This record gives sequence, structure tokens and C-alpha cells, in this order.
Amino acid sequence: MYMQVKDLSIKYGTKMILKQIQMNLQKGEVASIIGPNGAGKTTLLKSMASIIPVERARIWIKDRDIRSYSANELAKTLGYVPQHTAFGYPLTVLETVLLGRKPYMQWNVTAHDLEVAGAIMERLQLAEMAQRYMDELSGGERQKVLIARALAQEPEILLLDEPTSALDIRHQLEVLELVRQLALQQQVLVVLIMHDLELAARYSDRVFLLQQGQIYASGRPEEVFTSANMEQVYGVKVEIGQGSSGLKLTATLPESR
Amino acid sequence: MQRPIQAIYHGSVKSKLLILTSLFLLLVLLTLYAVSQGAVEVALPELLAILSGRASDEMTAYIVYEIRLPRMVMSIITGVSLACAGAIMQAILRNPLADPFTLGVSSGAAFGAALAIVAGTSVFGINLVSSGQWMIALNAFVFGCLAVGAVYGIAKLKNSSTTVLLLAGVAIGQLFSAGVSGLKFFSNNEALKDLVVWLMGGFWGAKWQVLHILLPLVIISLVLLLKYAWDLNSLCAGEDVARTLGVNVKQVRWVCLLLVTLMASVTIAFTGIIGFIGLVAPHISRIIIGTDYRFLLPCSCLMGALLLLLSDTAARMVLSPIEIPVGIITALFGAPFFVYLLLKKRKDYWA
Repeated sequence: MYMQVKDLSIKYGTKMILKQIQMNLQKGEVASIIGPNGAGKTTLLKSMASIIPVERARIWIKDRDIRSYSANELAKTLGYVPQHTAFGYPLTVLETVLLGRKPYMQWNVTAHDLEVAGAIMERLQLAEMAQRYMDELSGGERQKVLIARALAQEPEILLLDEPTSALDIRHQLEVLELVRQLALQQQVLVVLIMHDLELAARYSDRVFLLQQGQIYASGRPEEVFTSANMEQVYGVKVEIGQGSSGLKLTATLPESR
Repeated sequence: MQRPIQAIYHGSVKSKLLILTSLFLLLVLLTLYAVSQGAVEVALPELLAILSGRASDEMTAYIVYEIRLPRMVMSIITGVSLACAGAIMQAILRNPLADPFTLGVSSGAAFGAALAIVAGTSVFGINLVSSGQWMIALNAFVFGCLAVGAVYGIAKLKNSSTTVLLLAGVAIGQLFSAGVSGLKFFSNNEALKDLVVWLMGGFWGAKWQVLHILLPLVIISLVLLLKYAWDLNSLCAGEDVARTLGVNVKQVRWVCLLLVTLMASVTIAFTGIIGFIGLVAPHISRIIIGTDYRFLLPCSCLMGALLLLLSDTAARMVLSPIEIPVGIITALFGAPFFVYLLLKKRKDYWA
């Protein structure tokens, strides 16, 4: 098993945010976490990235407790792309991508670091804007740079918190295609938080549906996206059909008929 | 054949090194000029002769070595220390308004100095200029650290977030300011004058003895801080991301704040409160050299030294032979220049 979440519960004060989460994730798969607002998706992803400390041996990567990884070791294994990126003082695109080499670098940027960063930037078509500042970019470009930064860590696991939420449809598809290629070609395990259910269905190998801190259903997209599950978790009526490129979901509020 | 990214990276490093070199040369020239100017003017050939140890006139050599040079070195090292402290504070607190004094060093130090000046001079009759200077410095240093210690303590009790640090800094600062106001109110005229002059900051007390303490301390802190350059860069991407990049956020934050507090409190203990440099020098540097702390930190230091030496030279010369407190000059010329840069800049990065 590549990455495991074993019976993870997280409490803030007296409020249970996550309850007994179990996940078994394989190398090279794309897994989506979906669920309504406040279901605990971001908390789950952040504990998987070790940003939120976990008290006992609940998260395992390659049969090792995540807490036994040093900060640098973990940074070489796992990349994380946050949902909101607050800007401090803006770095250039190149500087931002080079940050991903932080776990490998001392003070100097080596030729190898530049090679890795350069290859990723070329692949994501960012080489042209290497010298531009992050705050001058569009939302889609910025998201790609942040993914490039995570990829520069050369991670085996990539965690993305709503990577498509701020993007137009073209950029959404670009980002998801990229993610799928990474899983297919480089055997990266990708875990995404998604709001768009159709895209989640189309691009994921596995879906975890969260409700109030618990996994309500998990499995292949067509197993999870059922009218019954959707109605129970989101409180909406959903008609599910087959489109040409995947599942087609039409949601309506129960009171409007 | 070089790949484009490599070429871009090496090009930008080269231009940044060029900026640093030019600033350094500018600083050397300004120092030579500043040393030659004053009540006794020392022409350049004579100055170079004195500096190379072939003094023709002992009196002039004495003025250069014992009066002017310590003062120039003092203003350079003060500029370096305050600008460096400011740049670090702005990164750690993620706040463009942060400066070396944000966490209460200056108000604590002011209270300590006031205590020494008002109570010390009036009760024990100690002369301010000689042994009193050490007492004031020690007092300022102790109370400066005390204030910051209190702020850290409060933040630690809560959740160590930057917001709590900032707010605790404001509260503790006000507390010590009230103390200073109280001491001002109860002091006699002479002590009040001394206190006001100390609060405005200046380099009257510059001596080699003082520099023997300051120089090693500032240089060691600077080297240690430079080692954290990539960690500070990572913090620009947010604390969560920095953590996933392998940065020990807590450790970086406390070590940096500790070093910065040490630098700032020791420096202002001898010079008094010199404001503005620590806020402005890092911002000007960010505009000309970018955010990468490997270059921003040295650039801020050079910029701080340049600005402060320039201000001090102006303070000595504008109304010669009267010397204006340097704090007045830094604000008087610095503020409009800063506003100009703000308006001219490509974009506001704190939006």
C-alpha cells in the first residue's frame, strides 16, 4: 500500500472535524475527495500533508508512519498545492518554481536544480514567463506555477486543494489533463479536492465522498455518484446519465419541480 | 549550449551582483567624502595619506581616526543592523509595515534610557557623556529585551500567530511609552533635554570601544540570518506551503526574531531611537533587487548603511557647526523619497 490513512479522527475543541477516516491509496492513481462545504476535505488533505499534526500513527506513506519522516524527507516525497495563495512579497515565476527545490538545496542553486525546474517549466509552458512576477499573472497561469513548484520537489505524492476552482474551463481541463498524465506516466499518486462533480467523475480513478467528517461512500466514480448518495450528502436531486465523455449530472433543489 | 532557463537565472544573478557591487562602491565613496567633511576639512590626498598610515599632521590624523572614522563606521553598522532587522521582521511577520521596532524593542529601550537619564543623572549626578553612556546603553538594552520578551511570552501563551505577536507588540509598546511620558513629566529640565536628544537618535557617542561590541555582534548575526535565506523565501509562499517545502517554520521564526532583537536592541542602546531606516531600506531594496532574500538581505544592509551615512553627513553639515539629531533628517528626506517610490512603483505588493 502506498499511502494509508488509518482510522484518522481530528477534533478542534469539542467539535469532531474528521471521524475515523480510512483510505488506502495506490501508486499512480488519481483520487478525488468530494463533499459539501464544511465536510472536512481541506482538514483531511492538510493532515495528509502533515501541515496539521496528527497525534498518533494514523497516516502511513510506504509503510512508514508520516511522523517518522524528517521535514526535508517528506518534502522530497510529497508536494502540496494550497487552495488560496496569499501573496506576501511577490517572487518571480522562476524563483517560485525554484522554491520547490528547497529540500534539495543548500544556499546555491545547482545546475541540476535549474535543469529540473527548467524541464517542468517547459512542460507547463511557463518558460516564457520565467521573469514575470507572480502578482502579474492570471489565475490560471498562477495555478500552473504553483503546481510547477510542487512538481519541482519531484514528489511521489501530489496533494491539490481545489486546483480548478478559480479557473476558466480551458484552464480547468489543462490542469486536470496534466494531473492525469503525471499519474499515468510517472506513477505519481494524486489526491485532489474537487467541487465540480462531473470533472471529478471524469478524471478520477477513485472518489471519496465526505459528509460531516466521515467517508459516506468511496469507490469508482460510477459507484459513488448515485442519486441516493447525492441526495443524502448534498441534499439535492440529481439525475445521472451517460454523456459522451463521462457521467452527466443534473442537479436540482428538491423543492423546485 | 546553455538552456534558456539557465541563461535567465545566471543573467539575473549577475545583474543582482552588479547592483550589490555598485552599492558597495557608492558606500566606500560616501564614507571617504563624509570623513573629509566637517569643521576641519581634510583634502582627499591628505586623507588617503592618513589612512595609509603616512600622516603628516598628527592633529588631523587624530580627528580622522578617533572622531570621524568611528562615527562613520558607527552610522554604517547601525544602518546595516536596522535595515537587516527590518527586512527580517517584514518577512517573519508577513507585514510590510513591520520594522525592527514593531515588537517593542524601541519603547522598551526608550524606557530604560529614560530611567537611566532621569533617575541616574539627577540622583547620582553621573555625567551623561562619559560613564553615563554605558549605563544608558545597558539600561536601554535590558529594557529593550525585556519588552520583546514580554511580547514573545504573550504570543506564546496564545497561539504564537503573527497577529498576536503584532498586537502584543502594540500593547507592550504603549505600556513602555506611558512609562517614558511619566518620566519626562517628572524630570528636570536638563535631564529632559538629554532624554529628548537620546530619543531622537544620533552618533555622538561613537567610539571604537562601542564598535568593538557592535561590529562582531552585527556581523555574526548577519551571517546566521543569511543562512536562512531560502527559508525566508519559502515563507513568502505562506506558512503551510513553507512547511511542506521542508521548512521548520517555528524554529526559523524564533531564531530570526531572537537575532533581530539582539541586533536592534544593542544598536539602539548606543545610538538612541533612529526610526524609518529599518522600514524603508528593505522596501527600496525590494524594488531594486526583488524578493529573493539571498540578495535582498545584503542589499537592504548596504541600502540602510548608505541612507544612514548620508543622513548623518547631512545632519552634521546642514546647520554646521550645529548638529541636528540624525533621526530628524532620516524622516525629513526619507519620507518624501519613499512616497515617491511608492507612487512610481509598478504595483502594490501588499494589496
